[in-house]
Amino acid sequence: MIEVLAPLPVLLPLLGAAGALLVSGHPAFQRTLSTTVLSAVLAVSVVLLFVADAEGASSVSVGGWPVPLGIVLVVDRLSALMLVVASTVALGVLVFAVGQGAADGSEETPLSIFHPTFLVLVAGVGNAFLAGDLFNLYVGFEILLMASYVLLTLGGTAARIRGGITYIIVSLTSSLVFLAAIGLVYAATGTVNMAQLAVRLGELPEGTQVLLQSMLLIAFGIKAAVFPLSAWLPDSYPTAPAPVTAVFAGLLTKVGVYAIIRTQTLLFPGGALDDLLLWAALATMLVGILGAVAQSDLRRMLSFTLVSHIGYMVFGIALGTAAGLAGAVFYVAHHIAIQTTLFLVAGLVERQGGTTSIDKLGGLARRSPLLAVLFFVPAMNLAGIPPLSGFIGKLGLLQAGVAEGTAAALTLVAGGVATSLLTLLAVARVWTRAFWRSPNQSPAEETAAAAAADSVQRHRPSGDGAGSPDGAGSPDGTASPDGSARTALQDAWRRHTAVATATEPGLPPAAGAVRALRPLPRTMVGATAALVALTVALTGLAGPLYGLADRASVDLLERTPYVSSVFGVDEVP
Amino acid sequence: MTPTIVLPVMIGGLYAAGVYLLLDRSLTRVLLGFLLLGNATNLLVLSAGGPSGLAPILGYSDPEAFNDPLPQALILTAIVITFGVAAFLLAIIHRSWRLARNEAVGTDEEDRRVAARRALDADELDPDELAPDDRAAGHADSLAEDLEELADDVDLPAGSGTR
Repeated sequence: MIEVLAPLPVLLPLLGAAGALLVSGHPAFQRTLSTTVLSAVLAVSVVLLFVADAEGASSVSVGGWPVPLGIVLVVDRLSALMLVVASTVALGVLVFAVGQGAADGSEETPLSIFHPTFLVLVAGVGNAFLAGDLFNLYVGFEILLMASYVLLTLGGTAARIRGGITYIIVSLTSSLVFLAAIGLVYAATGTVNMAQLAVRLGELPEGTQVLLQSMLLIAFGIKAAVFPLSAWLPDSYPTAPAPVTAVFAGLLTKVGVYAIIRTQTLLFPGGALDDLLLWAALATMLVGILGAVAQSDLRRMLSFTLVSHIGYMVFGIALGTAAGLAGAVFYVAHHIAIQTTLFLVAGLVERQGGTTSIDKLGGLARRSPLLAVLFFVPAMNLAGIPPLSGFIGKLGLLQAGVAEGTAAALTLVAGGVATSLLTLLAVARVWTRAFWRSPNQSPAEETAAAAAADSVQRHRPSGDGAGSPDGAGSPDGTASPDGSARTALQDAWRRHTAVATATEPGLPPAAGAVRALRPLPRTMVGATAALVALTVALTGLAGPLYGLADRASVDLLERTPYVSSVFGVDEVP
Repeated sequence: MTPTIVLPVMIGGLYAAGVYLLLDRSLTRVLLGFLLLGNATNLLVLSAGGPSGLAPILGYSDPEAFNDPLPQALILTAIVITFGVAAFLLAIIHRSWRLARNEAVGTDEEDRRVAARRALDADELDPDELAPDDRAAGHADSLAEDLEELADDVDLPAGSGTR
């Protein structure tokens, strides 16, 4: 059964993309087609997960080529779990995008190109998770990156082109580093099959191993946005349409994290660069979250928290213990769901409030309670408030760090706690400004009338003299040598007092001053609410999920399940 | 088999030139740099296949003298990918030119703005540090430019500075 099912998460979206392109003239049919395809991918992934969890890892030789020569797809617990989470959030985001497209017409998605490209992206993600050899992993990366270039620059506005160029060039660089690493790996070992590499790489001299490992880690570190390779992410993500940013934030960086897990456990199990990764994880957490606290734009804030929380996963991987890996795997699953949800909520906020700048937003909690709940639950989950899944994931990682007990690990534990606290600060800032404060307090709602009402109290003592043409009551009290500038200032001041005295002080801003909220389409709210429910459900399902993560991490550390699934139990070369 | 010095020198030269061009702000140079880097990487993979040999076709040459065909298959895939990305980059450059008459890598203005601020929130800040869009409506920024130093202490209603 696995022979039939394993290629489907790659094949179905690719065929669906071709179909969606063919029917691009019929938007309704296109939407149905892509939703059906993604639902099918989700169903297949769930079955794969159950099979992989019951029977352990298994592999498929595509096209029937003998094993080290052909392309292998490997389904083990880790890749099946990643597939399930990825296809779930992809489906949620697609439904959200359908809702947005139905509300906006084709404004955001010209030429109906969104659906085919989105399906290609999902195919690339699936291929990267299932790839059993390094070059196929590279191809998977390229498929998803090509699709992401198109999605990020959708519509081709100036801001998106600017953000997109940064993203494309950085991604290209990382792909080239990856390809060069593959070339060197092949030169050193004569194979790109990961199961075979797991055996052969260990026989290389230590220096060669470290060189190959660090090249792969740099390539994957750029994709996963690990500090200091993370600067591109907050620059390029916030400009894209909401569903695109959401799916990028959820999936693309996690594919990089997945590749790092494979590199560190399967290919280079010696833990040669673990210390370096530990410090990189600490820097990622702290630099990312400090950046998030400084932002005044909701989407940029979320982009920085995305970078910051990658640090938690790298922390778990760098510990190299079963507990650390289990924490990292659980955290990846949790973070894919939570970050996607938060970016979708940011899309709803932008739609309803007209902006994502928290300096301008205000009063959303009273004016749109549903939106407030949709933001509050995942935001608290991201910060790690008990009993939500973010707390469980962080607790698992911190426990693994304490169990390790080295000075570096304990520093990381302290850094993790500080990051969690600062995350709470960052989301609390958004909550108090955008949702809690009364709309009148927000600077954008301050009208000329309100300003005048303020100033008439502040300036009344000098206001009487301002009317005299000789400028005796000049407001700042300094005589300017420049006569014309002074006259102009006086004119301005006279107009100012005229406005101020014409308005009754204390009068509340006119009712029309409060901008009317745009109604939210039901499909968009529904998709977001479903994902919020999913993040809450992750808390309820945390027991079984953590058990699965535990078993996956034991597999990862043993390595034999993966290798023998490709070569058969006895034939490991 | 004699080892060749030509390939390593070529690879190194292409990498150096490619990185130099990639660091430029002009997008056309970035594209050229990317193409050079792509070719350098392809040559690297080619040289990973070991010393040169005969075409790997059974019956045409002795299996002992075969060249390793796998790197060539990998390179072929990589060339196709590079080609696609280069086409997309060209389209982006064209679009950038149409939009801004400029094909340089842009600056992230929001990033600069956040970096220049001294406090976290808009209402803890001197409004002069905010972008005009973010200032309160009654702020003195609505005055004409030559009056800015005089107008610092005055809260003027919106629009009062337009003469």
